[in-house]
Formats: sequence, structure tokens, C-alpha cells
Amino acid sequence: MSPSVPQLDIQPAPKPDTVHKAIIFEDVSLQFEDMQVLNQVSFELKRGETKVMLGVAGSGKSTILKLCLGLERPDSGHIYVLGHDITTMTEEELFDLRSQVGIVFQESALFDSLTVRENVAFRLMEEHLPEKEVEARVREALRFVELEHTVDMFPSSLSGGMRRRVGIARAIITHPEILLYDSPTGGLDPITSTTIIELIMKQRDVAKTSALLVSHRLQDGFMLASHYYDSNTNSMKSIEGRPRDVHTSFMILRDGKIIFDGTALELGHIEDPYIKEYIS
Amino acid sequence: MELTAPTDIVKRSILAVQEYTLLSVRSLTNIFAHPRYLADTIQQADLIGFGSLPIVVLTGTFTGMVLALNYSPTLERFGQISITGQLVSLSMVRELGPVLTSLMVAGRNASGMASELGSMKVTEQIDAMRALGTDPYKKLITPRVVATVFMLFFLTILSDLVGLVGGYIISYFKLGIDTFQYWNSAYQQLTYNDVITGLVKPIFFGFIIATVGCFYGINTKGGTQGVGRSTTQAVVAASVLILAVDVILTQFLLELR
Repeated sequence: MSPSVPQLDIQPAPKPDTVHKAIIFEDVSLQFEDMQVLNQVSFELKRGETKVMLGVAGSGKSTILKLCLGLERPDSGHIYVLGHDITTMTEEELFDLRSQVGIVFQESALFDSLTVRENVAFRLMEEHLPEKEVEARVREALRFVELEHTVDMFPSSLSGGMRRRVGIARAIITHPEILLYDSPTGGLDPITSTTIIELIMKQRDVAKTSALLVSHRLQDGFMLASHYYDSNTNSMKSIEGRPRDVHTSFMILRDGKIIFDGTALELGHIEDPYIKEYIS
Repeated sequence: MELTAPTDIVKRSILAVQEYTLLSVRSLTNIFAHPRYLADTIQQADLIGFGSLPIVVLTGTFTGMVLALNYSPTLERFGQISITGQLVSLSMVRELGPVLTSLMVAGRNASGMASELGSMKVTEQIDAMRALGTDPYKKLITPRVVATVFMLFFLTILSDLVGLVGGYIISYFKLGIDTFQYWNSAYQQLTYNDVITGLVKPIFFGFIIATVGCFYGINTKGGTQGVGRSTTQAVVAASVLILAVDVILTQFLLELR
């Protein structure tokens, strides 16, 4: 007779809710050489939600965006993107998933040897779509960012703000479910910054895309949280006095840890001295 | 300045060898995987092959001329001036054609690849490419490797030919050797093994040039200064590796004789 094996009462870990959540971070840690970049970071991005990530330089904001795309791999923890645990996926498998996630890089990262058309159409051309369809979708994406006239220009002949807008067009051309913005207004003048934020708002309210937005500018976040895009007038309007949920929340990072995750209202009433000083 | 521990240097060196090996293997396995970037390969072949024509032709010609000039006093002393063609052809086909062409192409193209990919790396274009669902190894590295190996093979043949012509110019106009005598001696003494040796080497050297150039490019760190550093390191590493592999290949191919 074989000896009886003691039954351990271990419950399996509950499966994360990937139906209502676009991105889930579970205890994600990452270290570069001797520097701890992220330390046990956990947060969720609901479908249709825009989360504004704030924090000083080096706090790990951009790294989170790269982790969402599998461009960096965490040392520990799990990352779920659109229901897929990307920490267990190979680079080949990630290439398919990335078609559902768009990213706008800090310095646009446009291919400088390609024209605006080729940059925006890059993914469609890689998929060998018919030329007519590519052209129509490039025009549509460039119309969205109001840069249709730059189609034959090279990135070097565009201004910083225009490059950022072309970056947005390239990110949205496949109608992704998630958009990641890495400091989209960084280094831009206030007027151009407002134009970019308006485009992000338009994408949020028209296409209902989930988004993670990294920013150093608090006003960008507050503008997104306090305004909505009115497609009738093609402009943004304040939600003041209107019962409207713009699905925008805030997250603040400090030394690789999340020190705040909540709404604009909660952020306004926070007592933490560091956050108070940061938002003042 | 902070000193680096010897163990860290060893660790970094082993890591670099591991990454270079992985890059080399991936660049080869990608040839058999979809998607294949034929247009990019042809474009690279044009840049590497046709772009390197002037430098290869000039280097080959002058090397052939110098060989004839250098051999002539010794041969004259022994009354063997008529075999100048033989010595020029043996030196060019077996050794100097492949090695000098490879070093020239390394100087021009390993640096070009390192700086191009390095610039793309520091401006996040490589990350953007991955984010857009394209494998940079397939799109950027494999076309460069295939194009360099293919074009260096033909550039070496051309270099051998113009080297012989260079040797002929000196032999005919300066040493007074008869045209038939020069070409006959140059051709007759070449063995099958000499030709094979001269044609196998550029395949290996082409692979080294492209993989080393791409390796330093894709691992560039530290902004524009980093791009400059990668460019220099790529040329140095490719040149040294070509000469080291040349010793091993020569020994191996001599044993096959």
C-alpha cells in the first residue's frame, strides 16, 4: 500500500480580470545593473481608460511603456496585455500582439530615411496590404492629425510638434486597442502641446482607445481629466457642469514605486507631502 | 575615473561573445524564415557592392603593381624575371585579393553599418521597428549579411583580376616582359586549390564584416558619442577578426591540398 500523500489546502491564484482590463501589472520588478528601476509595481488599466503617469525623470515611467510592449522584459512579476501574459511570450509571438498596441515615442522615433507616407504606412506595407488601401489609410491617419500636406516630406523637414503628430498617425493607423504615449508634449511650446493633448483627447473620446500617457507636465493630465472632445465643433470643451466621465486617472511614480493611483479628484485631496509638493 | 573590476571585464567580454554568436546564428536562420526582405537585400548589395567598386579596383590595381615591382629585383638576380606573372597571380588570388578587398570593404561598410544602425538605436528607431511588429534582425541585419557575403565574393574576383592587370602594366612597361609570357605564367601556375582558397575566404570575411558591423551598431549606447565609438570599434574588430580567421582558413585550406 502506498503511503498517503497529505493534501495541502492551496488555492490556485485567482486569474486576473482580462476582460475589463487592457493592461495588468502584477508585482513587476526590473533592475538595470545595480539600479532598481521598478520595484514590485502593480496597477491596472481598464479598457477605454486613459491613465496619466507622472513622476520625476528616472522614476521608471518610460520603462513601464516599454514593458507593456515587451521591448523590455521584467526580472519578476507578470504583465497582461489584452489578456495575454506577455512575460511568457516569445519575441515572435509579441510581434502579432504589437499590432494591437500603438506607441508614440518621446522623440517620435520616425525612420529618418523614409518619407512621412512610408513612416505612417510602415506596418501596413509590412503586412503587404494593397497599395490603394494603404494610401487611403495613410491619408485618413494624417487627416486625423491634420498633416495631410506633409505626406511626401521627410521627418527632418518637419518641426518637433509635427514629428510628434506624425508619430501619433503612425501609432493609430492600425486602430489599436491600446495607445502608449511617451512624453508626447516634452520639449514643445505650450500651443503645440495643447494641439497634441487635443489629439490624444480626440482619440480617447472618438475611438475609445485605452491609453497610458507618460508626462512631466501636470497640466497635460489635468486638461485630459477636465475636458472632452466635441466632434460637432471639432474642439475640446470643459466638462464643468456636465455629467460626463472622461475615464482619465492618474498614477505617480517615485524611485520605481507607485505612490499614487487614483482620480484627479483624489489627487487634489491627497495629504502626502511629496505628492503635494509635486503637484503644487 | 572609476576602475572596472577584472571579473566585470571578463563577464562583459563573455556576454559580448554570446550576443555576437546569437546575432550571427539569427542572421543565418532568418534566411530561411518569412518574411524575406529581397528589396532591402538588393538595395544593400547596391550600396555595398557597387559602392565599393572604386576603392576595390584602385586597391587591387596598386597592389598588383607593387607586387610586380617588389618581386622584380629578386627574380632578376636569379634570372627568373619571366615568372613575375606567376608570383603576382599566386599572391593576389590566394591572399592579397581576398584580404585587402575585405579590409577595404570592412573600413567602408562595417563602419557604415555600425553608424547607421547605431543612429537608429540611439534615436529609438530600432525599438519603434519592434513596436511596429517588425523584427529588426530580419529587416536590417540579414539583408546586410547576405548582400555583403554575395558582393564580397565578386568584388574579390574583380580585385584579383585588376591586380593581375596592375602587375602586367609594370611587367610590360617597366620590366619588359612579353604579354603572352606574363599571362601564361600567371595562369599556368594557378592550381585548383589556389582558386578555391581565394574564393572561400571572402565568404567568411563578408560574414564577419556584416555581423561585426551590425553587432556594434545594434548594441550602441550613449548617444552620438556612442555611435562614433561603435563605428571605430566595428572597423577595428572586423579587421582583426578577418586577419585572425585568415590564418585559420589558410592553414585549413593548405591541409586540403
